[in-house]
Amino acid sequence: MTTRVPAVEGWFTTDEASPALIGTRGTQTGSYFWPPTMAVSANPDSPFEEREQVEFSNRGRLWSWTTNYYQPPEPYIPNGPDGTFEPYTVCAVELELEQMVILGPLATGADPTLLALGMNMELVLGPLFTQDGVEHIMYQWSPR
Amino acid sequence: MTRDLAVLGVGMHPWGKWGRNFVEYGIVAAREALKDADIEWRDVQFVSGGDTVRNGYPGFVAGATFAQALGWQGAQVASSYAACASGVTALSTARAQILAGFADVAMIVGADTTPKGFLAPTKGERGDDPDWLRFRLLGATNPTYFAFYARRRMELFGATREDFAQIKVKNSRHGLANEYARFRKENTIDDVLNAPMVSDPLSLLDICATSDGAAAMIVTSTDWADAHGYSNYVRIKGVSTVTPAYPNPVIEMPNFATDSKAGTATMPAMGFKDSIAHRAYEEAGVRPEDVSCAEVYDLSTALELDWYEHIGLCAPGEAEVLLRSGATALGGRIPVNTSGGLASFGEAVPAQAIAQLCELTWQLRGQAGVRQVEGANVGLSINQGLFGHGSCVILSK
Repeated sequence: MTTRVPAVEGWFTTDEASPALIGTRGTQTGSYFWPPTMAVSANPDSPFEEREQVEFSNRGRLWSWTTNYYQPPEPYIPNGPDGTFEPYTVCAVELELEQMVILGPLATGADPTLLALGMNMELVLGPLFTQDGVEHIMYQWSPR
Repeated sequence: MTRDLAVLGVGMHPWGKWGRNFVEYGIVAAREALKDADIEWRDVQFVSGGDTVRNGYPGFVAGATFAQALGWQGAQVASSYAACASGVTALSTARAQILAGFADVAMIVGADTTPKGFLAPTKGERGDDPDWLRFRLLGATNPTYFAFYARRRMELFGATREDFAQIKVKNSRHGLANEYARFRKENTIDDVLNAPMVSDPLSLLDICATSDGAAAMIVTSTDWADAHGYSNYVRIKGVSTVTPAYPNPVIEMPNFATDSKAGTATMPAMGFKDSIAHRAYEEAGVRPEDVSCAEVYDLSTALELDWYEHIGLCAPGEAEVLLRSGATALGGRIPVNTSGGLASFGEAVPAQAIAQLCELTWQLRGQAGVRQVEGANVGLSINQGLFGHGSCVILSK
């Protein structure tokens, strides 16, 4: 049996029916922050405000996208069967509520030739790569 | 008191791909800059190096590395890392030393040796490093971000792949006569359209290569230059090293997300890329229409079009029209990337922003040969380094 783990800890929930990004919201400004690392800008009006953990809305509009045809260098792990490389599409989606653009893979099986600017997108879960019998799953953007 | 600096010398090592030690390249550029300035190494009081992360410890402390390689002579030193903007950060540091009166003569130098292929993050398991994570989780190479911007130009402004290709055609033509350029072959529209696709809509010839190379310059206070008999030198009028203003709604390398526009009463007066040039224009007291020629950071062909708008050569959405008019080609109203740009050089990160200034210096002196822009009075260079480093310099005769 294959074990499934999130490809990165603490960035998204793994509820298959309704996954969500796990971010924070400033308790004074109401600004949203994601991903949960230090490498995001604070709101300079309140740089030391408390941040409460929130699940983000899971819908937005397509801001841009690209399909990559060359295998990236390490630490990229090829996505295809038996570790082979297959072209893959990365989407930039602007969440309506949080008003921020978030990058993510296009949903497994979705057709990149049907993408269009401003298209409605939603967050789903899908496989990123399998390593040592462990399937690493990732949030993805799916046209809806 | 003037806040200008005098550019007394510039020098470069040719761009290429040899894999030799980066110090070797930097020394050649430094020697050329000293010779061009007619200044002895022992007269340099401040050495400001642009760092490279790919060349180990000596690269991280580039200022001292070059000071040692040229022979310790007691000069003060600084090393700057700001990714693609490193060269201008190094210049900015030297300028502050000179304008504060702590030094009169400074050398700025940057050099790199790059591996083949995509620029990659630092190795190891680095799960808290966004630059590492973007490769692991997204495969978001640098061209991925270039492609996002290019795609938006197509969707919003009707740009075509032929427009992007025309940038490569123009810049490859400009670079033909540049002895420092790595690629000296004229490309056609079809060459670009038929090259292997990298990050749709950008092909291999839409995206700049990574190169070995080095550039250096000697700058002094204008008082020192005047007192030592220099005249008609090129002047540095404005230097911008601004960071973005919150919230920045544009996705930037190497980030996973933009800032959130929620929770902010007002948006910044201008976007980050506009603000980079704005600061330099304000310092220099010149306007976009005063610029005779510009060196902009064409990491991708499409990105050059973005810069036309960010430096005020035209309104947003009008860059394709400006390009198609021929205005930005040699012989046009405002030639851009007369050096051949990154399209002809490939990127040698810590040297690149300095190389832009070498070209502008030659243009303003009237020494650019067949690339010369007639009557060039004011030059502008602009680029942007990973992690929010703006870089813009305005020079004048």
